[in-house]
Amino acid sequence: MHKDNQPLIFELTREGRVGYNLPELDVPEVDVASLLPQGMLRVEEAELPEVSELDIMRHYTALSNRNHGVDTGFYPLGSCTMKYNPKVNESVARFPGFANIHPLQDESSVQGAMELMYDLQEHLIEITGMDEVTLQPAAGAHGEWTALMMIRAFHEANGDSHRTKVIVPDSAHGTNPASATVAGFETITVKSDENGLVDLEDLRRVAGPDTAALMLTNPNTLGLFEESILELAEIIHGVGGKLYYDGANLNAVMSKARPGDMGFDCVHLNLHKTFTGPHGGGGPGSGPVGVKADLIPFLPSPVLVKEDDKYTFDYNRPQAIGRVKPFYGNFGINVRAYTYIRSMGPDGLKAVTEYAVLNANYMMRRLEEHFDLPYNRHCKHEFVLSGRRQKKLGVRTLDMAKRLLDFGYHPPTIYFPLNVEEGMMIEPTETESKETLDAFCDALIQIAKEVQDNPEIVQNAPHTTVINRLDETKAARKPVLRYTKA
Amino acid sequence: MKHRYLPMTEQDQKEMLDVIGISSIDELFADIPEKVRFKGEYNIKPAKAESALLKELANLAEKNADSKKYASFLGAGVYDHFKPIIVDHVISRSEFYTAYTPYQPEISQGELQAIFEFQTMICELTGMDIANSSMYDGGTALAEAGNLAAGHTRRKKLVVSEAVHPEYIDVVKMYAKGQNVQVVTVPTKDGLTDLSKLEELVDEETAAVLVQYPNFFGQIEDLAKVEQLTHTQKALFVVSANPLALGALTPPGKFGADITVGDAQPFGIAEAFGGPHCGFFAVNSKLMRKVPGRLVGETTDEDGRRGFVLTLQAREQHIRRDKATSNICSNQALNALAASVAMTALGKKGVKEIAIQNISKTHYAKHAFEKAGFEVPFQGAHFNEIVVKVNGSVADGNKVLLEKGIIGGFDLGRVNSDLKNHVLIAVTEQRTKEEIDALVQEMGALHA
Repeated sequence: MHKDNQPLIFELTREGRVGYNLPELDVPEVDVASLLPQGMLRVEEAELPEVSELDIMRHYTALSNRNHGVDTGFYPLGSCTMKYNPKVNESVARFPGFANIHPLQDESSVQGAMELMYDLQEHLIEITGMDEVTLQPAAGAHGEWTALMMIRAFHEANGDSHRTKVIVPDSAHGTNPASATVAGFETITVKSDENGLVDLEDLRRVAGPDTAALMLTNPNTLGLFEESILELAEIIHGVGGKLYYDGANLNAVMSKARPGDMGFDCVHLNLHKTFTGPHGGGGPGSGPVGVKADLIPFLPSPVLVKEDDKYTFDYNRPQAIGRVKPFYGNFGINVRAYTYIRSMGPDGLKAVTEYAVLNANYMMRRLEEHFDLPYNRHCKHEFVLSGRRQKKLGVRTLDMAKRLLDFGYHPPTIYFPLNVEEGMMIEPTETESKETLDAFCDALIQIAKEVQDNPEIVQNAPHTTVINRLDETKAARKPVLRYTKA
Repeated sequence: MKHRYLPMTEQDQKEMLDVIGISSIDELFADIPEKVRFKGEYNIKPAKAESALLKELANLAEKNADSKKYASFLGAGVYDHFKPIIVDHVISRSEFYTAYTPYQPEISQGELQAIFEFQTMICELTGMDIANSSMYDGGTALAEAGNLAAGHTRRKKLVVSEAVHPEYIDVVKMYAKGQNVQVVTVPTKDGLTDLSKLEELVDEETAAVLVQYPNFFGQIEDLAKVEQLTHTQKALFVVSANPLALGALTPPGKFGADITVGDAQPFGIAEAFGGPHCGFFAVNSKLMRKVPGRLVGETTDEDGRRGFVLTLQAREQHIRRDKATSNICSNQALNALAASVAMTALGKKGVKEIAIQNISKTHYAKHAFEKAGFEVPFQGAHFNEIVVKVNGSVADGNKVLLEKGIIGGFDLGRVNSDLKNHVLIAVTEQRTKEEIDALVQEMGALHA
């Protein structure tokens, strides 16, 4: 990678160049000005680029070379499940019969797509232990909000509109409290105990007749399984609340424990995590929601049903919460997830979880003497180290993360969860080989040594990337959010 | 377990268990209470090898009528437009599609710069000051605009035109319900928002007025008038726009829109049975700190080189938690990239040419329908959709059209009982004169 700036596409523009050819217009061209009301014809042209096709390919190829993906190298970003994205998924999603169909076509002309959606739902029902699944939500946070709106509708239908509070652990993903707010709830935080698990006493204190739901990730964001899950469920159900499963960490428990069997009433899944829909540089994702029987009437409309061998969308759902998204969800991502599940099968999914957990525990044990390990027990698919030992020597976790860039790795998630000082959350996934895990551990151990012997090299990292640390304060103080021609 | 995605060997496993100090993987799951432990394997379909699975899924895909084989006149928010072939080549570069959100800017400059360029292109097309990095789709983007307006104005009423896409209205209502915001709809007249009704409904309690441009019936709303009625009451003016139409139409920013949203699907993004598409969200500079989702900003590194970072993150869920401007986390980054490539390929001249082709072809179709004796009830200016009245059932007619290789228009009776036997026909630049003539002829035979 060379360190010269890649010009913006606007800076490559030369008047008169084009990157397209449309067919000649085969109907008479109209005088658009005469067809449009006064003032509606655009006068000032949008300043879009004027470049040739090769210019475009070179530009985006250069940009891609300035980007790190799973195919570039190891990406142990905790809570994000950065596993291999199978290429067959990409091919299937591009079949014209999946990519080039319109959501409002006559149902008889899209039975294949509906069959795939239905069968994916059936697979997800079995995997989660739920009674029904909707594929409508577009991403994890969207799924959280969808399920909370269903919980709200459920309570309102029971005359329980005083249930205004949603409880989340202090270790929860930020989307949990944010989704609760967007669904009109107030968030109450429950503390973690000294073992990193939900503090049962504190939960008993905050749960009450105003509780709408408890949102839980299990294993939690420390990678620890909530061993008291049945008691947690009992406490919440005892006060009339619903138990919500944040499926971000499902990769840790497939074929080992199903949310439906743990007492959860609803669950969202991140098909772009556990089920290999790629992350795409931030999206698109897909966030299906599964529910137990008593929440089924509230599922967003339409609901996909099968009658004999025919699939239809049922819009006649009087208690449905409404529609959370136009059409039927991120179908293209659902196709990829379905292809993945069918590639793995039941024995494959079981191995996925076993190897993901084995890999995480192996790395944790290799690294424990070099960093603080706040919770010393078997982890699930990820674990959290603390950099407080290194911080005392003047090197922050942020510095160590930046130093990892010099070794060609994407750093772990840092400073999360919030209840670990100088946290480093590592999730290897099952698709990485032992050699990769070892090389990464060696790099982190070397960095720990550098912190003692040569801290400057860590504090000033990265040294090999196309750009050094960026001035984020400047970016926020005087925001420049678009290109403007000089 | 041997699988091409799982590199673990028996030897690896043994060595790793030794380091952990246990004798079996099962011990790692001993903390799962016996009562909830799942025994055995899921009762799901067995694994299929790549070649067999490809064959099975290709057969499933073949069951669907796709717009590569059929001439599609179906629009209603999702369109069959020209997709430059390079779009797929760019988004297939796995440095882009296998990356996460660019939280580590030093190794994510490619993605960050691409988004910065996307934000710029959306600003240029919409005439707005600031655009974010994308939303799930046009419907949720419009709904988030409603919530932003309610929060910003501290008012609890949204006034939405019934000429907005009906599924978008459903989503607006859904999001508004979460915030206990009331949604009032404005009826239409001749396929346009009824401006006198709008004037009656907008008051000092109104947080925002939401209209679509071109509207659901393909008609072009009088944005100047809507702006005046909206701002008189100090409500926010929200426009849901088709960005491709803005190649030819005066952008909402010129009419004083406070928020312009929409879906970038017309630019290089597959119909894909309704998703994933790509919502966009653009505002005037006053609302910068209220915007939902991610924003990319320009800055410099320690050596003064230009670089890009996620910025103004104090609005977002991972920092602000329950006080965030939205709960959105994942967005549609890869599709924003696709749209950027398409907008770049078309460029300054192409967006105009393609928009004018849409108007011209739709105008041709309108005349052809009228010549064949069909009534085209809404005679206002249109972009690439028109409403045609037919005799008999639209749904039945569309089944016959399918047999002729045509995907017919949208049956408006499905969403509006006043518009039974009315069909919304979309004519993009992709449709040839022959296909349009064939459609009119076949529909003439069916619905005369």
